[in-house]
Amino acid sequence: MRRGIIAVALSLGVGVGLGLLPAAEDAVSSSIQVISKVGPEGTGNAEAAAAWKTLAKSGPEALVPILRALKTDAPLAANWLRPAFEAIAERVLTAKKLPQSDLVEFLEDTKNDPSARRLAYETLLKSDPTIADKYMPRMLKDPSPELRRDAVGVVLEHGDKLAKTGEKDAAKLAYEKALGGACDPDQVDAIATALKKFGVNVDVQKHFGIVTRWHLATPFDHTNRKGWDEAYPPEKGVDLKATYKGKDGADVKWEATSTSDAHGVVDINKIIKQYKGAICYAYATVESEKDQDVEFRAGCICGLKIFVNGKLLFAREEYHHGSKIDQYIVKGKLKAGTNEILLKVCQNEQTEAWAQKWTFQLRLSDAVGAAVPFTQKEAK
Amino acid sequence: MKRLILVVLLGGSLLAADWPAFRGGADGRGISTETGLPTEWSKDSGLRWKVALPGRGLSNPVIAGGKVYVTSCSAYREKRLHVLCFDEKTGKKLWERQFVATGNTACHPVTNMAAPTPVTDGKSVYALFASGDLVALDAEGTLLWYRSLVGDYPEVTNQVGMASSPILVDDVLLLPMDNIGDSFFAGVDAKTGKNLWRNKRGQRLNWATPVTFKVGDKTAVLFQGGSPASAVDVKTGKEIWSYAASDLSTIPSSVFADGVLFLTSGGGDVLAVKPSADGKNEELFRARNVTAGYPSPVAYKGKLYGLTKVAVTCYDMEGKKELWKQRVEGSFSGSPVIADGKLYAVNEKGRTFVLDISSESAKVIARNDLDDTIQATPAVANGAIFLRSDKWLYCVGK
Repeated sequence: MRRGIIAVALSLGVGVGLGLLPAAEDAVSSSIQVISKVGPEGTGNAEAAAAWKTLAKSGPEALVPILRALKTDAPLAANWLRPAFEAIAERVLTAKKLPQSDLVEFLEDTKNDPSARRLAYETLLKSDPTIADKYMPRMLKDPSPELRRDAVGVVLEHGDKLAKTGEKDAAKLAYEKALGGACDPDQVDAIATALKKFGVNVDVQKHFGIVTRWHLATPFDHTNRKGWDEAYPPEKGVDLKATYKGKDGADVKWEATSTSDAHGVVDINKIIKQYKGAICYAYATVESEKDQDVEFRAGCICGLKIFVNGKLLFAREEYHHGSKIDQYIVKGKLKAGTNEILLKVCQNEQTEAWAQKWTFQLRLSDAVGAAVPFTQKEAK
Repeated sequence: MKRLILVVLLGGSLLAADWPAFRGGADGRGISTETGLPTEWSKDSGLRWKVALPGRGLSNPVIAGGKVYVTSCSAYREKRLHVLCFDEKTGKKLWERQFVATGNTACHPVTNMAAPTPVTDGKSVYALFASGDLVALDAEGTLLWYRSLVGDYPEVTNQVGMASSPILVDDVLLLPMDNIGDSFFAGVDAKTGKNLWRNKRGQRLNWATPVTFKVGDKTAVLFQGGSPASAVDVKTGKEIWSYAASDLSTIPSSVFADGVLFLTSGGGDVLAVKPSADGKNEELFRARNVTAGYPSPVAYKGKLYGLTKVAVTCYDMEGKKELWKQRVEGSFSGSPVIADGKLYAVNEKGRTFVLDISSESAKVIARNDLDDTIQATPAVANGAIFLRSDKWLYCVGK
């Protein structure tokens, strides 16, 4: 009962200082804990729903604790917490009781979760739209992808305006500044296109962190999609000098290739041959100066497995439903020294004209989408 | 006031004039009993209100208890998912809840993450997104439960884009999740969000929405796809009816009306079958070329109406022959609806064709332009027509 009274009092903004009353703090904290325990297939839903009601009735002081609990890498609980935050924020914005300074402090600490910081920013924006002018110029290299994207968008738009009014030098500078923060492919492409008009050729591959040099080995049998679960010899260890027995007894050897495509697309049909019901292995080595967390950002029009240093990192068997840069984003690691990347690119036997492509692409980035440092040796 | 009292008495449950689901309800009929509906409007006239939406959506608005619920998606690569609630009379936004997509948001450009239509019972609203995120909220925006279906079943995948809508029957939320990975059809307890049953299905792309009908004293639900047509008990998920139909459509949805199941086929035909609990199902007719593309048919007063890319079609069920075709300018993503003796069909450019279908021939009585991209099926409720575009939610009416 006491907890209920305090929750009501908090919701009305009664008796509230900068900190939570102990019982209310307890209620917020325990509600968040319960919500954070939700599991697969609705496990913990009933308890979380009751906790959500309590939490959503809290006052403005619950906002920052919710933000602190909201973790991008715990998306299930985050999607419970986010609407609770919104329900409280709706009320406190109407009552003009938004804890502005607390949210600003949370936003400005770049160690906080990127999604949570974005939520803080959007809420502050509802209270004071002018904060965009304050924060956007500072967020060009922000660790929150959404905040950074908006910041890049502002500079890009500014560059477009300058270009339209003929202020070429200023426009070029603006575009170059935008490029310094841009990670999302659509923005990078737009900036590179704009800069080209000013005689600047952006090394887009390098900007994205494209893996450009590959060795390809095909065809291995994938009739009736049976090769998906078949570990052909390259999966047991790559020997670039080996000759394998492939589909229909074909001799399969590794063939070196590289891509000059801005997004790193490798077209197997063009480089080798248009096989159907076949598997192509693509092998690359990358050198890293240090151990580092990496996002393996792949695109593939067909079934794809990604092995890194001999371990399966990702598998998705879907055919001819589109392909683009950053189609699959998979968290992994590069170790210091040489790293082996092996892709298993599976082509099915569909006969339709739109189902003939056989392509893949890969880039290595950090969590924001910026290229991580790595090199590739010349193919031998 | 009279209406308010009625709503209070019903405790937020459905009124006959509400529009609680894709094409108006679990039987997918696309028919409203409303009368006195507007027939003419434009972007500058005839609108009760118009409100901005945060992003795209193919889902149609659902209406109950004086509230309009709609879903949208926004942000880079449609990662942000929205459920919004508006006051039916004024268009005032009552609440909005946002979620971040937990599944892959890659899809064909014609569709998006807010493709499935939400469903409401007047007390709660259930929204499924193409990313596999499933949300249950009450009418005040309280989160009842949330599930990440791709988190639960990581092999779920359809990068063309999911679009089948969930339906709600007797507190069972029926989840159509055909895809080319972990394909399934599930009955979920609407109160808790937990599975009551989950039937594995063949790997396929499928955008049809399930339809319910009675088999004896049980409510059966058909989520067509593959062959035969097979319906399961809503409560248990066990098969209780089947019919040896082949080439069933995975785009237009089937319809149950007046005791007859109108099964859509891949080629645009409609097979009319009277289902029976004893297995003696009666095939009534096969109407040819009723539909083409995305729209689902409507069965109304002995006629079967469809929409092709260029025409509204009408098939006479008694005479078993095509009665007429009325040319209209497509293309159409949304399905036609019938209300007040008129057929409303909205093309992708936001032009609504209003056809008088009260006689043996059709007459286009209005062409109403909103000059906006509309891919959603109209919703009809309480004297108004609700249209949603990529950017706006329109309430057409006084």
